[in-house]
Amino acid sequence: MLRQKWWKIVCVILLLYTAVAGFLGSVPAEPILNETIRNLYFHVAMWMAMMITLTVSVIYSVKYLRTNKHVYDIYALEYAKTGILFGILGVVTGSVWARWTWGSFWSNDPKQLGATIALLIYLAYLVLRNSMTDLDKRARIGAVYNIFAFAMLFPTIWIIPRMVDSLHPGGMGNSFNIEMDPRLREVFYPGAIPGWTLLGVWITTLRIRLQLVAERRHN
Amino acid sequence: MYKKILVFLFLCQAFCMRLLAQGDTSAANKPVEMADKFRADGKIYVVVAVVVVILLGIFVYVARLDRKITRFEKEIK
Repeated sequence: MLRQKWWKIVCVILLLYTAVAGFLGSVPAEPILNETIRNLYFHVAMWMAMMITLTVSVIYSVKYLRTNKHVYDIYALEYAKTGILFGILGVVTGSVWARWTWGSFWSNDPKQLGATIALLIYLAYLVLRNSMTDLDKRARIGAVYNIFAFAMLFPTIWIIPRMVDSLHPGGMGNSFNIEMDPRLREVFYPGAIPGWTLLGVWITTLRIRLQLVAERRHN
Repeated sequence: MYKKILVFLFLCQAFCMRLLAQGDTSAANKPVEMADKFRADGKIYVVVAVVVVILLGIFVYVARLDRKITRFEKEIK
């Protein structure tokens, strides 16, 4: 599966489609956003890819705790790293978008804050793992922490920002809902989300394979 | 049966609310600026070309890395 080509070719096609249709396709004309609404296919897609990648990571953490198989720990770690990468890209692209639509890179917006907190929790996961030298302990405690970090994604990113006043769509005092337009939907769901997610999977599987090969050589 | 009626009524009101929302914003209805001049000048194609080049660069890099690792795996076996 990791070495198969077909899904990698799908990834390339979908991302090229996203890039071309993303800029040439027709989009709803909304005040304040103007053409930046196209950022849906890039900034928002980063968050979706992050959620999917971190979900895969936590599933492997659970699998590790249940079976103690070392491979699962490698999978969990590498998927978490890719998830963190998507998250960082999401915050950075979001800040750039905010500069031109909300007026500044950082507005202490609840979602900006929540997403940053969630990322810090995951960065702590990496620090925690590296603080332990015993490999089994590292994997086990890392797996437990991963579950906690994953659970924290929901209040910080999905729940609290929607319950308070926020500049982000979906927050209170914000009736704007850009997801409804079918022109946006037809690039976002079949193109952007699977495209970016598959790219993340591709990069992650490369790191996993590299790690496995390095360990085999070591032994 | 009642469920279908409820779903139908819900869809009706959802549709109606969308129409009302249009009515509210039409008072402040100025045409929204989009990058139409960019498109008319053909400059949008430059944007697409730049992004495609970047993406292709990333794909070529990842594909070469993939092949390198595959070779390494076969070597170790």
